[in-house]
Amino acid sequence: MENFEFINAMVLLANFVIVPALSYGSQLALATLSLTIIYGVLRFSNFAQADWMSFGTMATILFTWLFQSAGINAGILPTALLALPLAILVTALFCLLIDRSVYSFYRKQKSQPIVLMIVSVGVMFILQAVVRFIIGPNDRKFFDGEKYIVHALDFKNYFGLEEGLTIKSTQLITVIVALVAMISLFYFLQRTKLGKSMRAYSNNEDLALLSGINPEKIVIVTWIISSILITTAGVLYGLDKSFKPFTYFNLLLPMFAAAIVGGIGSPIGAVIGGYVIAFSEITLTYAYKKFFVYLLPESLEPSGLMQVLSTDYKFAISFIILVIVLIVRPTGIVRGKII
Amino acid sequence: MNDELRAPIAFTIMGILLAIVGFTQSWSVSLSVINLCIISSIMAIGVNLQWGYGGLFNAGVMGFTALGGLTAVLVSHDPIYEAWDKAGVGIVISAIIFVLSITALLFVFRNIENKQIRNTLIILIIVFGLIGINNFYGPSIDIIESINPAKTGFLGGLGLPIIFSWLIAAVVAGLVAWVIGKITLRLRSDYLAIATLGISEIVIAVVKHEDWLSRGVKNVSGLDRPVPYEIELQQSEWFLNLVEIINFSKLEAMQSLSSRQDLLNDLVIDSSGIFVKLCYAGLFFSVLLLIFYLSQLALNSPWGRMLRAIRDNEEAASAMGKNIFAQHLQIFIIGSAIIGIAGAMLTTLDGQFTPGSYRPLRFTFIIWLMVIIGGSGNNLGSIFGGFFIWFIWIEAEPLSIGFMNMLAGGLEYDNPLRMHLLGSAAHLRLFIMGLLLLLALRFMPKGVIPEKIQKK
Repeated sequence: MENFEFINAMVLLANFVIVPALSYGSQLALATLSLTIIYGVLRFSNFAQADWMSFGTMATILFTWLFQSAGINAGILPTALLALPLAILVTALFCLLIDRSVYSFYRKQKSQPIVLMIVSVGVMFILQAVVRFIIGPNDRKFFDGEKYIVHALDFKNYFGLEEGLTIKSTQLITVIVALVAMISLFYFLQRTKLGKSMRAYSNNEDLALLSGINPEKIVIVTWIISSILITTAGVLYGLDKSFKPFTYFNLLLPMFAAAIVGGIGSPIGAVIGGYVIAFSEITLTYAYKKFFVYLLPESLEPSGLMQVLSTDYKFAISFIILVIVLIVRPTGIVRGKII
Repeated sequence: MNDELRAPIAFTIMGILLAIVGFTQSWSVSLSVINLCIISSIMAIGVNLQWGYGGLFNAGVMGFTALGGLTAVLVSHDPIYEAWDKAGVGIVISAIIFVLSITALLFVFRNIENKQIRNTLIILIIVFGLIGINNFYGPSIDIIESINPAKTGFLGGLGLPIIFSWLIAAVVAGLVAWVIGKITLRLRSDYLAIATLGISEIVIAVVKHEDWLSRGVKNVSGLDRPVPYEIELQQSEWFLNLVEIINFSKLEAMQSLSSRQDLLNDLVIDSSGIFVKLCYAGLFFSVLLLIFYLSQLALNSPWGRMLRAIRDNEEAASAMGKNIFAQHLQIFIIGSAIIGIAGAMLTTLDGQFTPGSYRPLRFTFIIWLMVIIGGSGNNLGSIFGGFFIWFIWIEAEPLSIGFMNMLAGGLEYDNPLRMHLLGSAAHLRLFIMGLLLLLALRFMPKGVIPEKIQKK
């Protein structure tokens, strides 16, 4: 039976740590990517980014309701996936409107990045007001369709194990959608002419202008890409858990932490950072008691919960990793450079 | 407009606004607003020192405010001797292990060159530190929290007068600022913003969840007060006489003795509330004046000129031999200490410490608005910003409800749209705040009372 104990322990770990961390990490990676793109091209830390996430998700929820009332659904997939493209369109248009009316003025003035950062705080206020005004500050669930791919009970019965593995369909959707989004983004940045000019612009603005790149076009494309990424991230997060404006706002810190840990301005860094933060948050707040009960002989069984930090301190983990990276390697894991 | 006239005009308008509230609502309301305005102004001065003079973006004002509040509790609440007797040793031991591990980590990090040995040592220290702390800490907090959980369930404080906490809060906030500053101030400017955002979330998480320290979301109420209680006033001879003398003509006009007595009773109850608020206002105002005076003095000194030089041109200042990092660290600590004082004052005013009420918008970003709209780099401007923005923040709610009522005017009483509009009125003030910030940044980037450029 020695072997079974080991398998049970591994299934337990997969169920409570690896699968959740993988999906949360993918959501965080997408969100961080959008933060990084804004940072790389427009050169400021956007404090409003978490609220863009709320805004995009809110738009998706509204379209989902519209579809549901019209009787349109996506079968076993959540209706929100059908609503997503429309919501991205709305979010991107609103982003561009805000850019025209707010940010473009400071860009022309060549204001310092810190001024743009404060401006983004103003935008943050406006967005919070808009989201709360339209959909309210409360928790909302908008998931429909088939809930589980692998259910704990079936898994247990099938393999005859004590521990079950649950894979929610949202988790699989998250990982697939995130992968598709990341691959297309990297393809766009590396292979297409527009992506290359974006990178050139972010690398050296003056040189890019000299070689005939139209800066306004780059800015528009940047906002559109950012809206796609942030709305997708928000919807995936909301499908997996639930949508609440304040919870979304609180994702700002993990997003920033992931961006810096990965290397600010680097898209690959953003992805790595997102997963690093997500895995650390979940591995450090999981109570390993049961895990060790399986693995160790009875005499050595732990008495406590075997939890490094209580789940109340999730923020603390992003922060501690951030601080460690700032001390040990301020440039981030992938040497941060402009995209 | 003449720049010299801006400040007097701005403050006159502010006075008129507060007087309008006094006449139309009540003086008691007006005084409560003024008290919070004064506290906000002090916070704004703290942020202004960091941003206006140092160019540092502190996104963690909330954390320093909460630290001040926590200090107020820990200084003024009576110690819970039972908790100390039963579990004090465990807490002290885990604190010692914590401090020792941090010191050991720093020592290893600084003094051991060999990377492999260093990393192994670091991991060993962390693992053993955690095991040690867990051994003592967990059981102790269980004991502490089980002692009379409905009323105390925490270690209590020092039992000193709460006024002392204002000074100690400055020290505590300053120490935390020192640690954060040491780590982040050498790096790019955004990192400070993000790190302070993080530390403030952690401070809030600690005061919310460490029940043995702060009772967490169960709140600590009934804190010591630096001013008399209303009920004491209502029973003291001199106060009754005072009320009688002030309202002499009103009382004389009364016909019968009983109606005169009724009126006097009402007046005494009203005035005792107002008297208490006036006492607070007096206390807070003296702190505000003192801090304002000291900051002005500091900023007009050679030290202040050096700070501005660093802010305006880091390279040049550095070339002149100024240590930019050290100066930034100093101003960051001083500003945070001032915010800590304001946090302790706020808890004193509330008479209770409610960790659940700390929200980043209310305690960080609103303060930023005050500094920017008031005029960054000008302390007088920050005071005005503190008054003005707090006033708007308070009055925006009734105004938005009025506005929504107007919008929904034509709709029937139970129309869903009308219900939604009225229900969401509270969120309109976020919108007003954002709009104010964006408009100010665009059309009045120097604020209402701009920084004075001194030319000699």
